[in-house]
This record gives sequence, structure tokens and C-alpha cells, in this order.
Amino acid sequence: MARYALRRIVEAIPVFLGVVLVVFLLYSVVPGDPARLLAGQRGDPETIARIRADWGLDRPLHEQFFSFVWSAIRFDLGRSYRNNMDVLDAILLRVPATLELVVASLLLGGVVGISVGIISAVRQNTFLDYLAMTGAVIGISAPTFWIGLLLILVFALKLGWIPGMGYGDGRWIYLVLPAVTLATRPMALLARITRSAMLETIRQDYIRTARAKGLSEWAVTVKHALRNALIPVVTILGTETAAMLGGVVVTETVFAWPGLGRLFVEALTFRDYPIIRGQVLFLATVFIVANLIVDLSYALFDPRIRYE
Amino acid sequence: MHASVEAVAATATPEVVPGRSLWSDARRRFFRNKLAVLGLIIVVGLVLVAIFAPYIAPYDPLEQLAWEDFSKSLAPPSWEHPFGTDLYGRDIFSRVIYGTRISLSIALMAAVVTTAIGITLGALAGYFGGWVDSFITWLINVVWSFPFLLFVLAIITIFPEASLTIIFIAIGVVSWPDIARMTRGQFLAARENEYVEAAKAIGASDFIIIFRHILPNIIAPMLVQATLAMGSYIQLEASLSFLGFGVPPPTPSWGRMASEGQNYLFSGQWWWSIMPGIAIMVTVLGFNLLGDGLRDALDVRQQTDG
Repeated sequence: MARYALRRIVEAIPVFLGVVLVVFLLYSVVPGDPARLLAGQRGDPETIARIRADWGLDRPLHEQFFSFVWSAIRFDLGRSYRNNMDVLDAILLRVPATLELVVASLLLGGVVGISVGIISAVRQNTFLDYLAMTGAVIGISAPTFWIGLLLILVFALKLGWIPGMGYGDGRWIYLVLPAVTLATRPMALLARITRSAMLETIRQDYIRTARAKGLSEWAVTVKHALRNALIPVVTILGTETAAMLGGVVVTETVFAWPGLGRLFVEALTFRDYPIIRGQVLFLATVFIVANLIVDLSYALFDPRIRYE
Repeated sequence: MHASVEAVAATATPEVVPGRSLWSDARRRFFRNKLAVLGLIIVVGLVLVAIFAPYIAPYDPLEQLAWEDFSKSLAPPSWEHPFGTDLYGRDIFSRVIYGTRISLSIALMAAVVTTAIGITLGALAGYFGGWVDSFITWLINVVWSFPFLLFVLAIITIFPEASLTIIFIAIGVVSWPDIARMTRGQFLAARENEYVEAAKAIGASDFIIIFRHILPNIIAPMLVQATLAMGSYIQLEASLSFLGFGVPPPTPSWGRMASEGQNYLFSGQWWWSIMPGIAIMVTVLGFNLLGDGLRDALDVRQQTDG
């Protein structure tokens, strides 16, 4: 296991370097003068000159790249144009709110989605199964912001049960609607994947063996079928966590949630490039690490993978 | 050898029932699947709506009726305005109808760009192998590491203002790896197939082998992938517009309408933002049902791993 883990980590390094290169190129190699682009509406000659010096745009491209990598390694992602705040500090400040939202949504989406998937598989072709799968298709098709707006309309405005917007100093009730909004898609996807993976495994010989030796239906379903069906489910969890970052941007905008997504949209609106660039780099890095963890957890679920 | 070929020919000819090829089998399977047919009807219907928008929409989507009659501002759904009107008295139903044009054209163009980049790079990687393959696989992994929506947004903000072209190119640049990986997998598999070896043996060029012998095999999985992807591009375009980085106003776009209407949700005028959302959901649903149906009919497995 340790050797497998080490190999996966080493393999991730060139991908990480590639990510750094792309993020660097994103705003350094553009048609025309990058300094003028970066200056945006504040396009007076002084600002442009200052930006050119700040970003080192007057130097050759490879020098610029190495100094970008060198700064990134020292966690120096530059300063915001808007308030001169250190980019990494600005990002880290917003991490807790987003983490709360993502963890709550993953838990909700994971628990509900996987349970619904199991029930649908066990009760295949019943009314319950049809209902669940129709719900899942709708959940995948509905745009995230629309689900959020609908929840606000029903639960905050019509019923008045839950506050519609804001962070509420971290009180959990404020987390409910954004978390449900963000969880809808992974929930629906997980329900579908779990169902088809379960149906696949239930047909295997070892399940028949487990039944034949007199295990209870619960033990067969959970211990034998589910454990093996979990591999595709973990894959989806991994890719969905990445897709969720897109959902985070939208959800946080709908609910005025003070996390990374809102920071990103604010930065885009003000063309605050150091923040945009820093955040893309930060999140891609988080994603690479998350992927690594998913790969390693495969090996934990299924020892066969380690010996490939 | 000679005799067996003749035998095969003799037994094969009378058994060939007209119209029972791989594709006609798939067509039969497809039309037996009610959900798939529903998806097809939705998608075809939307394409017709987009083409004939001027004939279907009861009002000009840009006409601001509120200037002449203030009661037309934020009017609730009625027979006259089935989806209500917005702050400026524009008919939301007509705007939703015109909005199909933006959504469908971005989905279509993004699918074309994505497929073109994906097939080219995937084919190069799978056919030539070696360092070409290593390089393209690395590129796939790199692009895959970026959060999709954020990367698209970052690309769009390189330009002073988004446009249709910028949006679908940005989507294409970010979303080609799926197709590339699939194509690469097919090429790797095909390289070991006897028919490719046979084609090589009779002296077929690389070009002929790629276009005549390998690419036809990936049409089915690609069709499925592209259909499902178009659903997600429509969602993506809606998100971009909702966040304010889509096609600039006053062009009617569903996502932007939902975002403009959001503030009026709280004062009870829900239709401005909710109605366009229903249009997005139905459209994406159509593409998802169609894609799922095609996948089952064409018997394409979920992921073709390389």
C-alpha cells in the first residue's frame, strides 16, 4: 500500500506542474498587451506601468514563469487589486464557509443518494424505484441556481420556516437551504450510480454464494453487494466534488454565502486578476490532492487495484 | 478456404433481412424506449421553437411595454402573458422562446468544438503512442484538474466582454478531455484488432486507416457523449449568464433572466426568475433522456477506458 501511495504521489507531480504552467499562461500570454488587459478599466499609463513592473511583464517569458513558480512555492500569490490584501490570505479567509457548505452537501448528498440508490435497486421496477429515478433525472437536469431560488421561494418566502439568505454568523439553520441546493446534483447522480452498480453486483456469483450459505438479506445487501458496488460510487464522489466547486460558485451567489465562490465572482466582476489566478491555482491543487485521496481509497476498498 | 467463403456467402445472402443492420437494430431499440422518444420529442421541439421563434413568440422579446402601460411592469402570468412580464414590461414567454436560440446554439457549437479538439488529440495519442501519447495524456490530466466552471469563467474574463463565440470556444477548450480519452481508448483497442492489421498489410495509409477503419467505431459512443454533454453545456451557459458573464444584454438568455428576476423574488414576483429555470430544466431533461436512450439503444458502455 505504501509503495502504491508513493507511486501515485510521484505521478501527480507533473500534472501539478502542468496546472501551474496553464495558470501562468492564462493571463501572461494573451493577444495584445497583458499589462493593458490586467489594468482593465483602470487603464491609465501609470497603472499599466505599475502592473508591468509588478507582474514582471517586461522580462522574458521563461523568467516570468520561474519567478511565478518560485513565488507560488513560497505561497506568495500576489496581492488583490481591490484592497491590496494578500491573495492567499483572502482565499483562506473564505475557506471555512465553503468547507461547511461542501461538507454538509456531500454528507447529505452521499447519505441520501446512496440510500435511495440501494432502495431503488433492492425494490427494482416498483413504484418507489420509478419515483426515485424520476426525481433523480429531474435533479440532474435542474440548474443549481433555480433549485436555490425555488427553495427560497417555498421555504423562506411562502412558509417562512428558514431564513432565505446570508450566513447568519454560522448558525446551522442558515446552512440548510444552500446545502440542499448544492447537494441536489450529487444526490441525484449518486442515487443513479448506486442503483446501477448494485444491480450489477447483485447478479454476481458471490452474492448467490452468500445467499446460499444462509446470510440474512441485510448482510448480503450491505456487506457483500454494497461494498463492491461502492467503487463506481467513489469515482462519482471524486469527480462530483470537483463539479461541486462550480455549484459552489452559483449556490453562494444565490444565497449570499461568504465563501470562495462569492470571492471568485467578486474578483471576476472587478477583474481582480491576482485573486482569480490565485484561486484557480488553489482549487486545482485542492482537486489534485482530493483525486489522490480518492485513488488511494480505491486501493483501500479493493486490494486488487494495488497490484495492477 | 475458397469453399468456406462460398459457403458463408451462400448461407449469408438469404438471411440478410433488409434493414437489420447495427443501426436499424439500434433504431428499433430506441423507439421502443418511451423515455428516449420523449427526449427526442423535446429536443426536436426545441430546435423547431428556436428556428421559428419569430412566428411563435406573441411579442417582440425586446419590446418594453411598461413605457406605455405601467400595469405591464412585473405583471403576473395571465392569458395575455403566460409567463408574466418583467420590470420593463417585456413578455417573459417571448423572451424564453427566443432564449432557446442562445442555449441551443451554444450547446451545439460547444459540442462541435469539443468533439473536434477531442477527436484530433485522442486520435493522435491513441494512434501514434509513445511520447505523443504521454504528452496528450498529461495534457488531459492537467485540464481535468481545473474546476470546470471556474476555468471557463477565468478564460472568458480575459476578454473585455463575453460573446457567443468566446463562450463556446472557452467551453470547448476546457471540455475536450472526455472525448479525447474515449477516442484514445478506441484507437488503442483498434490498434490490436486484426482488421487494422489487415488494412496495414494491404498497404493502407495512416489516413485511410484512421478515417475508414477506426473512426467509424467511435461514432456511437461519441454521439452519446455529445448528446449528454450538450445538456451540461446548456446548464453551464445558464450558470455563466446567471453569474453575469454570459452573452451580454439585451439578448434574451435564460440564465440572465433568472438572475435579473432574483431580486424581485423577495417582493413576490417569482415568475421572472422561476419561468426561465423551467425552460432550462426541460431542455436539459430532453438532452439527458435522449442521451440515455441513445446509450441503451447503441449499447455503449458508460466509460470506455483507455
